[in-house]
Amino acid sequence: MVTVSVRLPTVLRPAAGGQSKLSVAGAAVGDVVDRLIEDYPALESNLVDDEGSVRKFVNIYLNDEDIRFLESLETPLSEGDELAILPAVAGGQ
Amino acid sequence: MDRLHWLQMLAAAWDAYPLEGCGLLIGAPGGGRVERFVTIDNEAGSSRIYRLDGNQYARAALDADDEGLDVIGVMHSHTHTAAYPSPTDVAEATKPLVPPDWHWVIVSLAWGFPELHSFRIDAGGGIHEEPVGLSI
Ligand SMILES: [Zn+2]
Repeated sequence: MVTVSVRLPTVLRPAAGGQSKLSVAGAAVGDVVDRLIEDYPALESNLVDDEGSVRKFVNIYLNDEDIRFLESLETPLSEGDELAILPAVAGGQ
Repeated sequence: MDRLHWLQMLAAAWDAYPLEGCGLLIGAPGGGRVERFVTIDNEAGSSRIYRLDGNQYARAALDADDEGLDVIGVMHSHTHTAAYPSPTDVAEATKPLVPPDWHWVIVSLAWGFPELHSFRIDAGGGIHEEPVGLSI
């Protein structure tokens, strides 16, 4: 179990008591997501679907690397890692 | 926005052509004034759609946050249609997690000379053009 920092996008801060950066303990990215939802239930519907997978419009970055290109929620964490949650942005003409 | 940002956005559109170009507007949280424009690669590599390169986007957003700034909008180009949000653009703007107060800047290259327009897109998908003020 290590402690990492998690940065939340502007729109999710109200659901986390207005905080933009939190310290959360966990061994893998999924533990941190579970812990966030446990502490701030209002985050749940924004972050994961009914099956517990990260929603398509949510990107989670571990030290600037999209976790989809790592081991997704199973990605192991090291002390001091930085996680960031951001909305996915796309469009087309 | 400053003339510089306006020019940077037109340049980002031309530079990416024939693909769609895109970038982020950085400013004070919730504000309407652009402090910085950051060009982001179009991860989709397409002339019809854009997807902000995830790592560049994350870096730019976190750098802004470190400075007490925030992403306040997104610019992308339309290579062969008018500078007006498409149904896809509206669908993306109204997704959860995308702040409803973002500014959506579109640069059209369809008519030879680039045209830049800015819009707000409300939660119901309503499109509201807003004036773009240029300062030096
Ligand atoms: Zn578009």
